[in-house]
Amino acid sequence: MPHKPPTQEELERRKIVGINLETVTNVTATDFPGNYPGEDHSWDIEKFRQGFNVEIHQNDPYEASFSLIGCDASIANAFRRIMIADVPTLAIDQVFIYNNKSVIQDEVLASRLGLIPFTGGREGLRDFLKWRPKDGEPKDYDTVGLELNVKCEHNPDAGPNETDPTKLYKHAHVYAKDIVFHPQGRQVEYFSGENAIRPVNPDILIAKLRPGQEIDVKMHMIKGVGSNHAKFSPVATASYRILPVIQITQPILGRDAEKFAKCFPAGVIGLEKVTKAEAKQKGSGYEGHEGEPKAVVVAPERDTVSRECLRHAEFKDKVKLGRKRDHFIFLVESTGQIESEAIFLESVQHLKAKAKNLEKQLVNMVR
Amino acid sequence: MGANDDGFEALLEPFYNGKKLTDPISTKEDKYQLLPAFLKVKGLVKQHIDSYNYFVEEDIKKIVQSNRMIRSDQDPNFWIEITDIRVGMPTRDDANELRDAGKHVTPQECRLRDLNYSAPVFIDIAYPRDRMRVVRKNLALCRMPVMLKSSKCYLSGANNRKMQEMQECPLDPGGYFIVGGTEKVILIQEQLSKNRVIVEKDDKGVTASVTSSTHERKSKTYVALRKDRIVLQHNILMEPIPIIIVLKAFGGMSDYDIMELVAGGDTVYQDDLLMSFDEATKAGVYTQQQALEYIGLRVKMGGARKGRTFGGPRRNPIDDGLDALTNLIIAHITIKDSDFYPKAIYIAMMVRRVLMASHNEKLVDDRDFVGNKRLELAGQLLSLLFEDLFKGFVATLKQQMEYFFKRPNRTAAYDPTGSIGVNGRGITQGLTRAIQSGNWTVKRFGMARAGVTHVLSRLSYIAALGMMTRISSQFEKTRKVSGPRALQPSQWGMLCTSDTPEGEACGLVKNLALMTHITTEAGTDAVEELIPNLISGVERIQTQTGTEMHKEGSYIIHVNGTPYALTRRPEAFAKAFKQKRRSGCVSAFVGIHINQHFSAIHIATDEGRICRPYIIVTNGKSTLKAEHLRLLQLGKVGFEDFLRNGVIEYLDVNEENDALIAISEDDITPAHTHMEIEPFTILGAVAGLIPFPHHNQSPRNTYQCAMGKQAIGAIAYNQFNRIDTLLYTSLYPQRPMVITKTIQLIHYDKLPAGQNATVVVMSYSGYDIEDALVLNKASLDRGFGACQVFRKYSVEMQKYRSGRKDRLGGPMIGEDGKPIAKHRCLDKDGLAIVGSKICQGETMILRETPVDQEAHVDGSRGSDEYRPAPVNYRIADPAIIDKVMISDTERNSQIIKVQTRQTRRPELGDKFSSRHGQKGVVGTIVEHEDMPFSDTGLVPDIIMNPHGFPSRMTVGKLFECLTGKAAVVSGHRELGFGDAFRSHPVEEMGRTLIENGFEWGGKDYFTSGITGEPHEAYLFNGPIFYQRLKHMVQDKMHSRSRGPRAVLTRQPTEGRSRDGGLRLGEMERDCLIAYGASQLLLERLMISSDATQVDICEQCGQLGYKGYCQTCKGHGKVTKMTMPYAAKLLVQELISMNVGVRMQIEDKFPDPEPALPMRPKKSVHA
Repeated sequence: MPHKPPTQEELERRKIVGINLETVTNVTATDFPGNYPGEDHSWDIEKFRQGFNVEIHQNDPYEASFSLIGCDASIANAFRRIMIADVPTLAIDQVFIYNNKSVIQDEVLASRLGLIPFTGGREGLRDFLKWRPKDGEPKDYDTVGLELNVKCEHNPDAGPNETDPTKLYKHAHVYAKDIVFHPQGRQVEYFSGENAIRPVNPDILIAKLRPGQEIDVKMHMIKGVGSNHAKFSPVATASYRILPVIQITQPILGRDAEKFAKCFPAGVIGLEKVTKAEAKQKGSGYEGHEGEPKAVVVAPERDTVSRECLRHAEFKDKVKLGRKRDHFIFLVESTGQIESEAIFLESVQHLKAKAKNLEKQLVNMVR
Repeated sequence: MGANDDGFEALLEPFYNGKKLTDPISTKEDKYQLLPAFLKVKGLVKQHIDSYNYFVEEDIKKIVQSNRMIRSDQDPNFWIEITDIRVGMPTRDDANELRDAGKHVTPQECRLRDLNYSAPVFIDIAYPRDRMRVVRKNLALCRMPVMLKSSKCYLSGANNRKMQEMQECPLDPGGYFIVGGTEKVILIQEQLSKNRVIVEKDDKGVTASVTSSTHERKSKTYVALRKDRIVLQHNILMEPIPIIIVLKAFGGMSDYDIMELVAGGDTVYQDDLLMSFDEATKAGVYTQQQALEYIGLRVKMGGARKGRTFGGPRRNPIDDGLDALTNLIIAHITIKDSDFYPKAIYIAMMVRRVLMASHNEKLVDDRDFVGNKRLELAGQLLSLLFEDLFKGFVATLKQQMEYFFKRPNRTAAYDPTGSIGVNGRGITQGLTRAIQSGNWTVKRFGMARAGVTHVLSRLSYIAALGMMTRISSQFEKTRKVSGPRALQPSQWGMLCTSDTPEGEACGLVKNLALMTHITTEAGTDAVEELIPNLISGVERIQTQTGTEMHKEGSYIIHVNGTPYALTRRPEAFAKAFKQKRRSGCVSAFVGIHINQHFSAIHIATDEGRICRPYIIVTNGKSTLKAEHLRLLQLGKVGFEDFLRNGVIEYLDVNEENDALIAISEDDITPAHTHMEIEPFTILGAVAGLIPFPHHNQSPRNTYQCAMGKQAIGAIAYNQFNRIDTLLYTSLYPQRPMVITKTIQLIHYDKLPAGQNATVVVMSYSGYDIEDALVLNKASLDRGFGACQVFRKYSVEMQKYRSGRKDRLGGPMIGEDGKPIAKHRCLDKDGLAIVGSKICQGETMILRETPVDQEAHVDGSRGSDEYRPAPVNYRIADPAIIDKVMISDTERNSQIIKVQTRQTRRPELGDKFSSRHGQKGVVGTIVEHEDMPFSDTGLVPDIIMNPHGFPSRMTVGKLFECLTGKAAVVSGHRELGFGDAFRSHPVEEMGRTLIENGFEWGGKDYFTSGITGEPHEAYLFNGPIFYQRLKHMVQDKMHSRSRGPRAVLTRQPTEGRSRDGGLRLGEMERDCLIAYGASQLLLERLMISSDATQVDICEQCGQLGYKGYCQTCKGHGKVTKMTMPYAAKLLVQELISMNVGVRMQIEDKFPDPEPALPMRPKKSVHA
């Protein structure tokens, strides 16, 4: 029996992950070779190029949102995973404690310092700084030196009835901004002025001190990856969601429409008046409802998929929820060292490098 | 209000919980505000402190009052009178004129320096000299251990600032003692009430018993019905005595009077009693004299009267009988002017109770009824001990006095002042030793209790608090009776329904509920004065005959269980009495209740009763009005004012039974007499941590009560100033997202033990079976669950008789000019450097001990050498030196304490638990990117397996998660309340979730972090408060291939601390035998254990040595054999006991050629 090629509708249907009241269905992509008899789903770069699309929704240094359309979950997930665990950043790794009289113990202080995100000249961070070899001597191209030296003292200018410790004492609170960067060797070229190594958020509280207490530490920053320690992860979070699809199968009208709109976040569902033409059309379900509001899907991408509409009996069989399998809406929140956009681009490079590496290994294996 | 910064200010603030002063107050909703007001006055451990205060301020004076006179037998003109006693404020015991004399000592100093937190006790005495009365004041008698936060403690009434100056935690509950630097708690002891009649029924019959307790003695008297005859039994009597004989012995009563006194007009009881009359007749007892003689002849010799009769003339039986009746039987009824009538009434009452119970089983008393229990607190226990020690002191003082007056030629007049301090040392030692060891020995009561005190557990704030509210029962733990262990309905509101340990002490160890108060003695004088004048028609019982007493409608008024008066209008009497109490004429803690079954009114003023405050309801209306709460919020009135104004009163367990208590304002009907302040107070402080406990299966709450005490968290604000043997702290403790009012009241939100973990409920990886948890590695990197373990190593530098002292040595320097590896951490002074990392085997304190320790009589110097006696770090995992402290003890010797610190991040196998009795170990730690993530990018800290829910039925946990999630996503933390019996509706939480774009049930769409594809089910997720428990793999993991052996048996040592072997036990052995794995058995039990080669002489069967048999004097027949060393040891030990052992040996697989004549049999001849 000759196989009929699938209709466009069928192809679209295959791309939908079913969102039901208690289950998610069709979670796995089916467009792989041999799955559908008589259909050729072998991967083809040209086909991929045609189907693939990137849309950018937001591109701020600390937060970027964009869509990858037309790729497989495994690819999208690989980007996500690489962004979290494999994109290298610079973080405090060694803390040399010369004096620590604060209540925070040495190792706790070190762990707190390590988690502070720093930033600096992009070029220097990306190109100039290299991996530091294990047990290697610190060099200007693999180690960044920082220093934190604060001493808490009484503030002679404080009023006699002052109770606020920040006013009563100098340096009662130690912040990330108190950390001083000491460029070594060629680091001056890359990290000076605007490009100096500095904490992303100067107001991160490190410790609280009281008169007589002081912290005197030197720190070494090295490049590392998130899989080693979370402090090296360039992202606060990197995740994606797939595009929600809301299909109104039967008209939802009047007060039901208002209620239906309330089941979604604001702006997802719009209310439109039923037009004369629609009301005239037989079998559309709009007969005799001219002028009444009807629910229409306006911005499904804003839906949080709370499935609230499925809980109400009045919308039963009138709405079908789904999500588009190959439309990934990424959200990349940078910790500040690397711009969100750059993190993603770097993840692409990483994946490429990994693939190349794999190819090399494969060739070796075959040989 | 600023001055009273005791931690409750936030709760009493007008803007508390988002409420402003202008907001309307509803008495229904806001009446719980009485609770902080109550706790502000009473505190969490006020029972202990009240009890101690009563002892130190009043009871101690009473004790001295009753032992005030010391008269000399030698010189009748000489006496010493102790006129007064006072307890001062705590001082340093080692203070002298040279060094900060008498200066205040803070509790923290005592903890660090291993001192006793104790105060001097002063007495005033008077004695005659030259016919003048000499008065000496303020003589130091002894030292009294001081309870923290009691009236004698510097911490009482101290505000936050002062507390901080004293390095004390303002949230510390107090109520414990510091003895030798350790914090000791005297646990609350539960006992059957004293001086009350308890009627019980067993196989033998009905028995009424009463434990009489006076300052002099404690004894138990029984009135029992044994085969239709009623007898009286007492320890002092050799055999039971027919009751009629006892009643006759009291005299002044005819048979008819006796009959009336017991049975009244009731013919049934009269018939029963007739049998007993026959008994007396049979014994030939008709008169008082005969009765007394009968009793006197049956009084045991010795015992309490031993001292009195020693050496004196033998007294006649009548005197013995009289003495026994007056002083020993029912001793708490004192005889005034030889009037035995009150005692007769009392015994008649007991007889009547026995008869009533024999006819109606319902009238038998319930031992487990909380109203029949009394709680003994620190003050009472100390009072018992002090009286005993004080009597001992008086006795020695007298002895010394007599010794002085016996001397023929006295040079000076007797001056007792000098010997007071010296003899008082016995009291000091007795008190401290008792608290230190927990052995309470009171000679005059024959009381010897062990385990009365415990070291205050400082594992977490809750552990310490839980210990302060703990009640231990005197019941035997081994007995398999369910009664005392079962939850008693009368425990309602008094004892926590959830907080009890599992296992052998289950139900025997209880905990106080949040609002429970334990009474101190109120004194009967005021009450007794009031009774006859309260309403008309109240007659003293002495003036009444039995006929009148037992007339229909007559009610006997008992004061502390003793019949006192008679009335025919019980309700009116009780009402009038309560009115007096509410108006403050009698103490608020005096209880009154009517017992309709026995036609009795009971008034109780004694100590140790459990009671609890209630809002008074009159005419169907709560007396608590909105304006009361308004004034409370404004800080104008306190709890005491409500008590004084008759808005609130205390009800004890017995009186509770007379009241009809509404749970909430809606439930009030005209019949109601009281209303609950807040229903969640039926739980205690520890159970109060659980959110939504009323949605959980009850044992889960009990499990959490046990685990909450093991959770690692903040201990106290002064935790880093403490040096405890073992201290666990959390790096980043968090206030739970879902809290309860109890949490705020006990300040758990300020000293929490746990963190709000984002939990996703799903199965993941298979490493989560059997309640194991999956943890996110990135969360651990960021500090989730991180904790610190502090350990103390302390050493006292001893002084020796040779005059030499222990000293510190300098580190040994190696060839490279650096200290040797073992002394790597040491500074020049021989102490470890603070901040340095210390590994196994390294020295922390390089103590050196003189070789020459003994005293030299001849004045020679002895060896100058010192040998090292270092304190080494023995734990396998390295630590960091946190603190080094040098100080000196009371004995003036130097003490050195070194504290080490380990910072630990959670690892595989560490134990975690939520607040719902759901514990689990870490099954695997997963990379961040492998974790499932939601649409919002949320990644869990913990993945919990859903199989934990169905069988455990911890719906509260689901609610906690949902409520917490709603509070988080909406940003309203006031949503996060999970109070018992008054929680927010879950629907509201669902609505909040929907408003914020989440699914109403808390289940969200998640994507797998591994495949990148969606999960096929929605996952329940949200914040759940997780506690890290103290059980950590690092402290427990252990294995060995070979290692040390015990010296005696040469078997592998036992236990992790000794690097011991893992035992193949009996049951495992059985398996191997059953399986037939004989070679494996041989290897496990001998070769890998204590195999040894022995020489055995085949000829005599005895052990040889180096191939030579000592018995046979030859090498010929000696062969080698492998056997367990323990067996060889047994043989030798038997030989040493003159039991000969012979071993006949033979090859199991003999060479075929030299066929031996012996049989293949091993036998032992004794």
